[in-house]
Amino acid sequence: MAEFFEMGGYAVYVWPAYGLVGATVAGLIAHTLISHRAARRRLRALEGEPGERA
Amino acid sequence: MISSFANPQRFLSISGPLAALFGALAVIALPIGLWQAFFVAPPEQDQSEAVRIMFVHVPSAWLALMLYAVMGGASFIFFVWRHAIADVAAKAIAPIGAAFAFLTLATGSLWGRPSWGTWWEWDARLASMLVLFLIYLGYIALRAAFRDDAREPRAAAIFCMVGLVNLPIVKFSVDWWTTLHQSASVMRLDGPSMPAEFLQPLLVMALALMALVGALIILRMRAEIFERRADAIERRREAA
Repeated sequence: MAEFFEMGGYAVYVWPAYGLVGATVAGLIAHTLISHRAARRRLRALEGEPGERA
Repeated sequence: MISSFANPQRFLSISGPLAALFGALAVIALPIGLWQAFFVAPPEQDQSEAVRIMFVHVPSAWLALMLYAVMGGASFIFFVWRHAIADVAAKAIAPIGAAFAFLTLATGSLWGRPSWGTWWEWDARLASMLVLFLIYLGYIALRAAFRDDAREPRAAAIFCMVGLVNLPIVKFSVDWWTTLHQSASVMRLDGPSMPAEFLQPLLVMALALMALVGALIILRMRAEIFERRADAIERRREAA
């Protein structure tokens, strides 16, 4: 197991690469979901409708 | 299909299930791709385990290029036919493309250090990818600067189409100039030259990230359509 995380001595390059991709993609997902929800709420409140029409 | 996408109302009704479908595909493919990237692909002869960076670096680069091409196409469609949905698409894609251009540069740097002995080199492939990242940022900044200005979509579309000139430069930089970067080993006219044990995990990772990006684009487009409708309602109320 420890050998796996050492990545043949390349751990300091491999894990930061995957970490950066993971963090950036997670950030994109979070931002997208939050703005989607906020936009839908704003429109619903303005339309004064309880249900989603779209 | 295309014409039904051009109608925002119809887009809203089909886009929810479509986003869920892409999201589900990503949720299935991503663990498989990661498992293959770490446990199926062998250590490479020269670069040992460092080769595993490829499985995130190359899909990021493909996405950065592909997304800009789609943005360029959408900008052209908006510029010529004035379909609002094409402008919505281009706007939704920009931050995602910028993120993957950044990831291409960052993971490339982390891969370059052990394999070339340098984090960065001013060579054609690296510099043109940096330019692509800056074009994404310029596009986003331009839209932000023109916010609430009726000229925003048209200015953005023109900027994006001009930026298209950089795409072939990125793609063919490794053929046109002497560069540290290796030449294409997957997207070649004579077929991929990469061994299957690396190619297969790479394609699964690429598929997973593309599906995820598909879902994100659709959701961002929906959010933008909701915002525009809300803006329109507010404007009508202010006018009344």
